[in-house]
Parts: sequence; C-alpha cells; structure tokens
Amino acid sequence: MTEASLYLLQQIINGLTIGSTYALIAIGYTMVYGIIGMINFAHGEIYMIGSYVSFIVITGLLAIGSFVLPLVLFIALVVAMLIASTYGWTVERVAYRPLRGSNRLIALISAIGMSIFLQNYVALSQGSRDVALAPLISGSVLELGSLETFEVTLSWMQLLIWVVTLVTMTALTLFISRSRMGRACRACAEDLGMTNLLGIDTNRIISLTFVIGAALAAIAGLLLGLYYGVINPFVGFMAGLKAFTAAVLGGIGSIPGAMLGGLILGVTEALTAAYFPSEYKDVVAFGLLVTILLFRPTGILGKPEVEKV
Amino acid sequence: MLELKNVNTHYGQIQALHDVSIKVNRGEIVTLIGANGAGKTTLMMTVCGDPKASSGDILFEGESIRQMPTSLIMRKGLAVVPEGRRIFSGLTVAENLHMGAYFSDKAAYEAQLDHVLGLFPRLKERYNQRGGTMSGGEQQMLSIGRALMSHPRLLLLDEPSLGLAPIIIQQIFEIIERLRDEGVTIFLVEQNANQALKIADRGYVLENGRVVMSDTGEALLTHDAVRKAYLGG
Ligand SMILES: Nc1ncnc2c1ncn2[C@@H]1O[C@H](COP(=O)(O)OP(=O)(O)OP(=O)(O)O)[C@@H](O)[C@H]1O
Ligand SMILES: [Mg+2]
Repeated sequence: MTEASLYLLQQIINGLTIGSTYALIAIGYTMVYGIIGMINFAHGEIYMIGSYVSFIVITGLLAIGSFVLPLVLFIALVVAMLIASTYGWTVERVAYRPLRGSNRLIALISAIGMSIFLQNYVALSQGSRDVALAPLISGSVLELGSLETFEVTLSWMQLLIWVVTLVTMTALTLFISRSRMGRACRACAEDLGMTNLLGIDTNRIISLTFVIGAALAAIAGLLLGLYYGVINPFVGFMAGLKAFTAAVLGGIGSIPGAMLGGLILGVTEALTAAYFPSEYKDVVAFGLLVTILLFRPTGILGKPEVEKV
Repeated sequence: MLELKNVNTHYGQIQALHDVSIKVNRGEIVTLIGANGAGKTTLMMTVCGDPKASSGDILFEGESIRQMPTSLIMRKGLAVVPEGRRIFSGLTVAENLHMGAYFSDKAAYEAQLDHVLGLFPRLKERYNQRGGTMSGGEQQMLSIGRALMSHPRLLLLDEPSLGLAPIIIQQIFEIIERLRDEGVTIFLVEQNANQALKIADRGYVLENGRVVMSDTGEALLTHDAVRKAYLGG
C-alpha cells in the first residue's frame, strides 16, 4: 500500500472510533425525539456526568490498589450507567414532564436551563478545571507498514471502543425489535395516545427511553474519557452537539440512523482534520448539520415528519 | 355494566358534552348515532378518560372510573377500536396484536390469538406484514382484533364501518353480533344508523352534545324524526 492510502486508512480508523461514541450518545437524542418530539438539550451533560463518575470510580479503585484492570473498568462502567440513568430519569421528571403538552419552545428553554444547571453543578462540586487520568490501556493490536513508511495502528483502546459499541448497539437493537417493552417503545413512537388506550402507562415508556439514552451516553462518557484522558464540566456541550448532528444526519427518530450518522460524522471529521487545518473539523460538522436541515431535514434514514403532539 | 351519569366534557372553554346519561347493560349491543360533530367520539373517549369528564360520573361494573388515568381504565376490562383505526403502521400484524395483549400471560395470549385469527382469517394470511401496508378493511379488522386481544368484557367501537365497501361493512357487523353472542358487551358509535340500529338492542341519539332520544333499536329505526335525520327519510 502507498503511504497516502495508509494515511487515509488511519484516518478512517480514528474516525470510526470517535464516530462510535457519537453514535452511542446520539441514541439518546433520537429515542426521546422519536417518542415525545423534543430535543433533550441536557443530554450532553448526562454524557459528561457519565465521564466524571467513571473517572472518580476508576481513580478510587486504583487508589485502593489490588484490582485487575478489566474489573475496574467494568465496575466503573456499571456505576456510571446507573448514576447517569438516575440523572436522565430525574431530568425528565423534573424539567420535562410537568411541561408536556405545553408549547415546544417552553420545553426547549427548560432543557437548556437544565443543561446549564448540570454544567455548573458539576463545576461547583468537582471544580471547573481539566481532570486527567493516566492512560490505562496502551499498546496496539495491529500495525501495518514498515518503520520507514507511514504506519497504521489500531490501538487496544480503539478496539475496546469498537467492541463495546458493537455489543451495546446489538443489545439495543435486539431489545427494541424483539422484547415486549421494545415493541411498546416503537408503538409509542408511532402513536403515544393509542398506546395509552391499550392500557400501557406511556409515562413509564418515556422514562425508559430517558434511562436507556442516559446509560448509553455514560458508556460513551467512559470510553471517550479514557480515549482522550482529560475531561472537564464543559465537554458535554460539544459532544452533545456532535451527537445531535449525528442524530439529525441519520434521521432523527431513527435508531439505525443515529448509528449510521455517528459513524459518518466521525469519519468526515477525521478526514477534514487530516487534510485541512484541524480547526476546520467543527466547521465541517456544523456545516453538515445546517446543510441537512436545509435540504433534507429527515436525514438519511428518517421518515417524513408527522407533527408530534 | 357501563353507566354515564350527567357527564359534561369540555375542550378548554368549549363544552362538547352536556349532561349526558347513558347506560349499557351486560350482553347488549348499544349504539350511539348522531351527525358529524355531535360529540360521539368525545363521548367514547371520555369513557376512556381522554379527555376527562369535567363533572358527572362514569361507572364501569359499578366502580367510578371518571378520575382514573386512561392506562388504568383500559386495564379494567374494556377495549376501544378508536376513530380512524389507529393501528401501528410500522409494526407487523403480529406485533399489533401483541400490543393489544400487553398484560396477558402467555397462555391467555395464545388462546386469544387463536380466537382473533379465527374471527379474521385475513389477519392470519397477513401475519408478518406491516400494518400500514394493508387495505382499509384489513386495517379495521386489525384494529378490532387488537382491541379483542385483551379479552375485554366491554368493547367500544367508533365508526368501524367508515370508508369501507358494503361487503366488508356487512362482515364487520356480523362479527360484532357474533362477539355479542360470545358474551362481549358492545357500545357502538355509528353514522351508518340503519345498519347499527338493526343489530342494536338499544340506541341513543346525540345532537350537539346532548342525548335527545333513546329507545330500542327497532323503535328508533321506525321513528319518524330519526328516519328523517339519520336514515334519509
Ligand atoms: N381535541 C379537540 N379540541 C377541541 N375541540 C374538539 C376536539 N375534539 C373534538 N372537538 C369538538 O367537539 C365537538 C364534537 O366532536 P366529536 O369528534 O366528538 O364529534 P363526532 O360526533 O365524533 O363527529 P364525527 O361523526 O365527525 O366523528 C366538535 O364540535 C369538535 O369540533
Ligand atoms: Mg367521531
């Protein structure tokens, strides 16, 4: 392989890695929108909280010593998912449910308020500076090319992100397509009122989507936190915006769309950063968002919008 | 079985039902007829708790359900075939039927599924097809089938014949009678007054949100004012 194509391959590997985490976060936006037709603008903060919780748990367990790394990561993942889910659930109960049925703009303002509140809550309780974690997972699985030419590497960390994302998305897909509650989620997304008329407490299904979205965001929080090694209370803003872009790109409301949108956005960003000055990558991401909203608001896999109540 | 006592329902400031009192006894087919906008759908949905009655009382098997949330009411033993069918178009026929039996255990679900597919063999042929790709008549059958999946004692139907070919309408009315014979009590809202009154034990006439007449199906069928207003003379 030529040097140029190896370089390209490396960018695609990097892009798929970041894109996987966008996809995990995007699920939360898309499922909530699919059912109640609102953008949960505090979702990025849930991701950020997931990062913080996993950092705290990892640092704590490592300080005690005597733990094997996979176990430490697993415990951090479970705790982060549980705590982030609790926040996700609470945000819906406190900030959105009382406003359901009122003007969309009011719910949107409440969501933005919630997002600012959570940022400052974490900044006050954890400090607003960067928190760093020494790399825990190093080394690479695969190296292509010789030393003189460009080398392509797939790191263990990247492989971990791919595998965890793949397992999570498979589990989610099975849950939505096969299980009784997953079926109810799809029914709610089509006709909330009718689902209610079948005796199903749709408020519980709505809560469930917030909990699932938050748990997936927490997984991304742990993975991306480890990948970058640094977090601060404001990382949720950009990650949330990127994941929202991914959800819109794939077609908001569509779960496969969120997955696809995340990967496409991740790769697009990586390629932009590789061939242009890297500051352009955010410009391209949001340029993409504006373009889709203008020319194909339903995204790649979205259905034409039916007005939600 | 179902009793509405002086029920009033409002949409914001607009009052859609005025002092409505209606009774449906066990084993009956009771029909409610009325012109467009008379409030038939409102009445049926008020029973389901969406919208809520602003005053009066609604009793189902002697228990007041007026203040209960919709999801709880619908688990009491009644089921609704709403206006416009409202099947889940992205879900398959099988999944739509499953949604109707959300709270049944496996044995009850399978028994009821057999029963429903026996009533509507068409649904068996289309079992794995998406609801949205079926014809209007098939969708209506699916909507009725879905409602029956919970094994209701009272079935509420809102204009099941709307927009269907005469032969399909005939089939649907036959099914309704058959359900009654199997012990399901039926409350049927119809514009197709002629056919509805023919199978009904009793009927109510709703005008501008008020019950203006009630009698046996037969008596209403031959009543002059009813004939003039709803049966084309
Ligand atoms: N969601 C709503 N908000 C405000 N007004 C409503 C609403 N639904 C119905 N109405 C009003 O209540 C009245 C009764 O409507 P309803 O749908 O109950 O009539 P209907 O007898 O079922 O008519 P149709 O035969 O056309 O189905 C109408 O004047 C209608 O405009
Ligand atoms: Mg109506």
